Amino acid sequence: MTDKYAQLVHHGVGRNVAKKLGLPQPAVLRRYQPGQPLITGPVLVQGNTVEADNLAAELLSWDLDVRRHAVPREKLGAIILALDEVASPGDLEKPILTAAASLRDLAPGGRVVTVSRPAAEADSPAAAAARQGIDGFLRSLAKELRGGATGNGIVLREGVQATSASSLGALRFFLSGRSAFVDGQFITVSSTSGGPARDFDQPLDGKIAVVTGAARGIGAAIARTLHRDGATLILVDVPAAGDQLATVANEVRGTALQLDISRDDAGPRIIEHAAQRHGRLDIMVHNAGITRDKLLANMDHSKWNSVISINITAQLRINEALLASEHFRESPRIVSVASTSGIAGNRGQTNYAASKAGVMGMVRASAPLLASHGGSINAVAPGFIETEMTARIPFAVREIGRRLNSLQQGGQPTDVAETIAFLASDAAAGINGEVLRVCGQNMVGA
Amino acid sequence: MSIDGQSTAGPEEAGSLTAGIPGLRRAVIVGGNRIPFARAGGAYAKSANLDMLTAALDGLIARFGLQDERIGEVAAGAVLKHSRDFNLTREAVLGSALSAETPAYDLQQACATGLETVVGLANKIKLGQIDSAVAGGVDSASDAPVVVSEGLREVILDLSRAKTLPQRLQILSRLRPKDLAPLAPGTAEPRTGLSMGEHQALTTAQWKISREAQDELAYNSHRNLAAAYDSGFFDDLLTPYRGLSRDGNLRADTSLEKLATLKPVFGKNLGADATMTAGNSTPLTDGASTVLLASEAWADAHDLPKLAAVVDAEAAAVDFVHGKDGLLMAPVFAVPRLLARQGLTLADIDFFEIHEAFAATVLSTLAAWEDEEFCRTRLGLEGAFGSVDRSRLNVNGSSLAAGHPFAATGGRIVASLAKQLHAKGSATGRPARGLVSVCAAGGQGVVAILESL
Repeated sequence: MTDKYAQLVHHGVGRNVAKKLGLPQPAVLRRYQPGQPLITGPVLVQGNTVEADNLAAELLSWDLDVRRHAVPREKLGAIILALDEVASPGDLEKPILTAAASLRDLAPGGRVVTVSRPAAEADSPAAAAARQGIDGFLRSLAKELRGGATGNGIVLREGVQATSASSLGALRFFLSGRSAFVDGQFITVSSTSGGPARDFDQPLDGKIAVVTGAARGIGAAIARTLHRDGATLILVDVPAAGDQLATVANEVRGTALQLDISRDDAGPRIIEHAAQRHGRLDIMVHNAGITRDKLLANMDHSKWNSVISINITAQLRINEALLASEHFRESPRIVSVASTSGIAGNRGQTNYAASKAGVMGMVRASAPLLASHGGSINAVAPGFIETEMTARIPFAVREIGRRLNSLQQGGQPTDVAETIAFLASDAAAGINGEVLRVCGQNMVGA
Repeated sequence: MSIDGQSTAGPEEAGSLTAGIPGLRRAVIVGGNRIPFARAGGAYAKSANLDMLTAALDGLIARFGLQDERIGEVAAGAVLKHSRDFNLTREAVLGSALSAETPAYDLQQACATGLETVVGLANKIKLGQIDSAVAGGVDSASDAPVVVSEGLREVILDLSRAKTLPQRLQILSRLRPKDLAPLAPGTAEPRTGLSMGEHQALTTAQWKISREAQDELAYNSHRNLAAAYDSGFFDDLLTPYRGLSRDGNLRADTSLEKLATLKPVFGKNLGADATMTAGNSTPLTDGASTVLLASEAWADAHDLPKLAAVVDAEAAAVDFVHGKDGLLMAPVFAVPRLLARQGLTLADIDFFEIHEAFAATVLSTLAAWEDEEFCRTRLGLEGAFGSVDRSRLNVNGSSLAAGHPFAATGGRIVASLAKQLHAKGSATGRPARGLVSVCAAGGQGVVAILESL
């Protein structure tokens, strides 16, 4: 699953040739390692709002080197742009162009994070225009950043402060290497629930988590990441993948549960296993999914049904069982894996895209149900991720898939896993019903 | 309650057996794991016993989260064993995710190896010597040891002791071409020269077991095993290995008609009485199985399930050398003794697991128990021991369908039966009892009673 092209253009002749020909030169992304600093270099907090002041004070308490004004030619780790008080499109100019002057000083792997309010909640058309304008601005800026730097935004619903638990959780996620392949995206923080982790290197300490489809690929990466973050794991995969599942389970010191999730009793069996072994279940990660690609004209009953059944119907049925269970009550979390195919569509994937769009619909509609137990449900939508599955895509198509995003490379399974781990953590409790893309700002689906 | 099978007391009326002897703890079966069994020369042709046993053990560890756990003791064995595998079980532990501080020992009692590891370890748990244990077994008919001839072996050993060149040359000169031919292992009994199949053919003829009855038993074995797979019964009993996720010998689509077309392979000198075919005899098989045993306290402390208790066991042996009894008929003697000790009759047993070495082995056993004369004269009973309710026999299939990697069969049966008993006990709200019976080479047999928890 190595990206040979990316390796070639990092060094020597390859680098010179790529540079001369104007070929893409994907950067080595800054990825999270336990114990590493959140971000290296000063963080510039730009914008004259109350929230900006509060955020700057908060960041100081994180032991970060915080700037309220840029120092010329000083390399910056991140630029935080507070745009939460814009009332008309004209208000965008000053903070944005001030920040623009510092862009050239952004270090490789740097971060730009906007903080704003939702357009839908604006009290005037002008305010809505200004707030919505941030969307287009940030997404375009993310496409201009180079050197593995990313741009993302935090949208705070009314009544949610920038210093609320999940706003800070989202900010920490965006600044860290955990969000390496998340680019050009917004996270909406809808409530003030949640709290900071006791240990930022073990944010899931003490949590009991189920991961489906955990025998290989993204599922195995999710298992490893949740384990690293302190969770105790129950790993689920079809009986036929049991040997690989056992290997992963022994690696992450979890238990292997061989189960076809499309069985009617899958939910009760997962709950029974969790209750027996741990007395409860805190986190459910719906990762298991299949593809059965065919042009719709050639689609048959079995290809359509198996994809719908495993990718969405199984999740619905398991969630129903979980929500009815007394063992899934303490701030329960569900994170589902959707796909950018479900957002933008993909030729040959009518069944898959329907199922993955279905996941997003399910997540939005289930949010109030989870909120009533102090929990949340969210989805991640991976773009092109380097897995065994994508390694089988023909070379030319694979190359296009890889390069057609702002980071000019495919993501790693761990990138998806990091985002899931974040959404499952206490620091993300105020984020509910969201779909977060992990796609390096893939061109498809915008 | 009498032991003549005439008692009308059903399981409903009997109390729980698992309290056992006062002062002894219960030994409980937590669960099991095996790899699918493969026909010899098939999917596991290149797998050694150590590989397969380690894989079965790692699957068990993954199922129950036993990584880095120090288990009280692990016991397993193989019937066909290389001399290099003198510490097979300990080596498997060292290659697994268990704590390296887990002790282990090898055991060998022909096809009863697997069941005997369960019995021995359960006894240690009952006595309080250990709190947890893994019993198991493995066999590879594909990777069987091939040994050198006695002539060559003597020459090699003498050579190692020789001190001078002339001595060495003198020893080498003793070597003859025939000494260089390797010896492959056989299933022939050393004292009779007859293979197990030929021995059973004699017993089959003695008890007049029909070809149709044998084929029907084989058919039911395949049908029951296939149904168990389809219902997901094996989801938590088995971990795939080397591309196999079901037993390689299973023929879900077999039929009585197809079985009837097969030619006899054993007892061919019996002419029309030759009834044993490749379809109603077990094939040579590769595979491994494990069973997790524990005290109740250990299982509770680890939040692990308790499926069934190992109640009691009995071994028996017969004098087949002088033709007094059939080679594989020892369980016929062991079961009545065991049930009598526990005050039970065949009617008190909810599930029978009688190892299908050959379909005729099971049917000869059942016939013997129904024979008044035999039971009076040979078993010392007042009349016939009784009949086994066929709807309670090998309900999830047995060796004819799954295959029979000698030492691995006991673990397969115990784990599956414990699960079946637990399900039955949970559904009915009263203890369910199971009987395991395994015959073995050398005219031996080991039988045991399990009871649901």
